[in-house]
Amino acid sequence: MSGFTAPAGTASFKERADAALGDPILKIAVERTAGTAEAKRTVAVSAFPDFEAARTRAAAIKDHGIAHLGAYLEEFEANAVAAGAKVHWASTADEACKIVIDICKAANAKSVARSKSMLGEEIGLPHALAEAGIGRVETDLAEHIIQLADERPSHIIWPAMHKTREQVSALFKAKHRTPHQEESIAAMAESARRELRSRMLGADVGISGANFLIADTGAVCTVTNEGNAELSLVPPRVHIVTAGIEKIVPSMPHAIHMLRMLARSATGAALTQYTTFYTGPKRPGDRDGPEEMHIVLVDNGRTKMREEGLAEMLRCIRCGACMNHCVVFRQIGGHAYGGTYPGPMGAVLTPVLDGLKQSRDLPNACTLNGKCQEVCPVRIPLPTLLRGWREKSWREGLEPTSMRWGLGLWAFVARRPSLYRLGTGIAVRAMRLLGKKGWIGTLPLAGGWTRHRDMPKPAPQTFMTQYRKERRK
Amino acid sequence: MTRHVALFVTCLVDLMRPRIGFAAIRALEAAGCDVVVPEGQTCCGQPALNSGDRDHAAALAKQTIEALEPYEAIVVPSGSCAGTIRCHYPEIFEHDPLWLPRAQAVAAKTWEIMTYLDQVCGWKPEGVTVDAKATYHDSCSGLRELGIKAQPRRLLKNIDGLTFAPLQGEETCCGFGGTFCVKYPSISNAIVGEKADAIDATGADLLLAGDLGCLMNMAGKLNRNGSKVRAYHAIELIAGMGDGPAIGEEA
Repeated sequence: MSGFTAPAGTASFKERADAALGDPILKIAVERTAGTAEAKRTVAVSAFPDFEAARTRAAAIKDHGIAHLGAYLEEFEANAVAAGAKVHWASTADEACKIVIDICKAANAKSVARSKSMLGEEIGLPHALAEAGIGRVETDLAEHIIQLADERPSHIIWPAMHKTREQVSALFKAKHRTPHQEESIAAMAESARRELRSRMLGADVGISGANFLIADTGAVCTVTNEGNAELSLVPPRVHIVTAGIEKIVPSMPHAIHMLRMLARSATGAALTQYTTFYTGPKRPGDRDGPEEMHIVLVDNGRTKMREEGLAEMLRCIRCGACMNHCVVFRQIGGHAYGGTYPGPMGAVLTPVLDGLKQSRDLPNACTLNGKCQEVCPVRIPLPTLLRGWREKSWREGLEPTSMRWGLGLWAFVARRPSLYRLGTGIAVRAMRLLGKKGWIGTLPLAGGWTRHRDMPKPAPQTFMTQYRKERRK
Repeated sequence: MTRHVALFVTCLVDLMRPRIGFAAIRALEAAGCDVVVPEGQTCCGQPALNSGDRDHAAALAKQTIEALEPYEAIVVPSGSCAGTIRCHYPEIFEHDPLWLPRAQAVAAKTWEIMTYLDQVCGWKPEGVTVDAKATYHDSCSGLRELGIKAQPRRLLKNIDGLTFAPLQGEETCCGFGGTFCVKYPSISNAIVGEKADAIDATGADLLLAGDLGCLMNMAGKLNRNGSKVRAYHAIELIAGMGDGPAIGEEA
């Protein structure tokens, strides 16, 4: 399976994380956006009557769809076809890209306008289009920034969240045909608008993702805050949707419920500015709209996830709340994760897409503090799923030998209480020899701890020793 | 009515800060409990469980269950260890018909100490004075697995002279995460660095929390930074042992 993985030549997760930690501008940029999102979500959720019940319902809707995936996808296909769309099925990323490229070639497309889609990133579509010699314009503002900078998204809602507005302004000045003159956000937005509008209108094919696939109408729902999806998908002759099969919901009322959860969890807004339902191509008599609509339903590991105990992850509606609230993401940003999806949800998904061997650090680099689960609008038990990957990694021998030996030794001793009392008694006395006043500044075998913080010196005797003595008195 | 409780001291308390165990006994006895410390206990298995080492986690869980199941109630001076027994033991033995009921039975009678004192015993500390300004960090496992939030605050409010300064991001993880802090030291350091700054910004004299792991992490960073904030497990103050050495101070 060829997931679109970390850029070539990038180092290990730890090296990427260390590089991110050493970048003070990244920290400012991530904190600005994630901090704002966190605050806005809190307000939005507190104003939502019975948000907890709404989360339970949202989880149930997704679970129901996933439990009856085959039936709902067939219903969706039948209704989409009846509306005039063509439905394609792809089991792998490569297959999905090939289908899209073939459609573009058949349409004789020179350029495509793309509306942001994480699935497109997941299957490596930008790369595939480039290889096929098809020009691509990213129309989402943040994706436009990423394209100009020749980078990859670092967040699923704000792909350019790792950049500050100052950096974006400099980028626009360097790359736009008619650069903006003043530093205001309005001037920058206007500059992007000028740059993008003509390219959108000139595209032969529009490609989008889908936030929801609605089974009973065959409609595809897309949300944006910039209206770029509408501008990218309506003028071109051909519209191609690439969607993960887990995006299915049974009906419009279900989609509406999910939309309410999605927007509030992502940005704290009640709704996004633009929410559009596309049902088939232009009909006879319609003045606007594409002549052809193609929907590519992509599996790429999803069926396997359901079979391998990761069904709950298929509930994910890609709101990004888990990463906005994650202490680790807030420190290292999205690129350090190395996969298409960052943060807690990415740490669950990346091993599916890129293989556990390559990404075993991701489920480990988490404090299991549970905040992601607390904010997830569809109640995905992310810590449990991450622990599941750790168990698999342990079973497959992927964990470092030092960790295996260390924990093995600890367990060996801890399973023999009298040996444990003896051993810990000695360890405590040995540790005390290393301390000055109450603290130990360097502790052998615990450099990870003492490099950055001191270790309190243990008491002269363990609790158990002291307790036994007291009892004998 | 005397409540018979077993104290599970946790490996960190046993090794690093026995005072917390003695404070727990003192508070429980003040609340009218008859406390025993079962001999067979060592570590609840949380480090193995969270590292994916399920076999060792299950072995340690079985040992802990055997040591604790004869007692009426089990009290633990740590939200994360209590959370492991309450929430994760039944998961570990999900497919084990022999051990599941035993794990469930122990889980159902295991309590984090401040929850037990406040909610089960309905007890309040009396005649305890601490003249200081404190700030409180809500440790993640206790907060999110066991709903520990109001209990320690209700108990601490009864201490004369103790005032409170709210901690910005009091529910944000301190970056300890058990083995996380040694597996990913630089990320952990960045997280605890921000936490230490937030603690300093409160102007408090004391940092309180309910988990020794988090406390050692935060206190260790504060000390490295040269901060004057002193750290205690909340139960030490509640038991009237707040006049003793703080974490990292010589007795």
